[in-house]
Amino acid sequence: MSSNLYIYLSIMKKIEENWECNSRKSNLNLALWTGAWVISMAIASFGPKFIWNENESISIIAILINLGFGIALILANRKHLNGLDELQRKIQLEAMGISLGVAVIFGLSYSMLDTTNLISYDAEISHLVILISLTYLGGIIIGNLRYR
Amino acid sequence: MKNRIKVLRAEKDLTQAELAKQLSVSRQTVNAIEKGKFDPSLPLAFKLSSLFGKSIEEIFQNEE
Repeated sequence: MSSNLYIYLSIMKKIEENWECNSRKSNLNLALWTGAWVISMAIASFGPKFIWNENESISIIAILINLGFGIALILANRKHLNGLDELQRKIQLEAMGISLGVAVIFGLSYSMLDTTNLISYDAEISHLVILISLTYLGGIIIGNLRYR
Repeated sequence: MKNRIKVLRAEKDLTQAELAKQLSVSRQTVNAIEKGKFDPSLPLAFKLSSLFGKSIEEIFQNEE
């Protein structure tokens, strides 16, 4: 009886440690791939002008590397989301839902403002990315405050 | 949904962090469930039930 209990407690302890350990690992993994993607994006953007003097082959390689890191980042994010507990997933889902809605609605309106020449400058994709990022960040903060 | 988790946790002399560890969730989740801000899934409710040795109905009460 006591040996069964000991085995049960050992298994439970392992599961608990694994969840925390996996959570930390997936956070670190996501942070590393995000960092790698951001750095490769900066290199692919500014490299042609400041590092390799508009060499087309190097630019293609840099963009392909950036794309590869981007795919790895998507997979790391998926793994990270799967490792979250149910409340954390709910917070993420609400934040992502809001940012997706904002991206579609405001993105199309912004594009129409450009095509109808109601704004003097070109609608840039970077403006939309900034809007999505801020909305997502806001959603995460509000979600965490709501369930604190 | 109301629940008795805070009382049952105190009876077992567990902190929120210790309970969270045993349930493989974050402390924030345990806190949100205790305060009735978040309703757990059925698997998590079963885990709580087995941990406290009580039926789900003894832990959770529907607010009418």
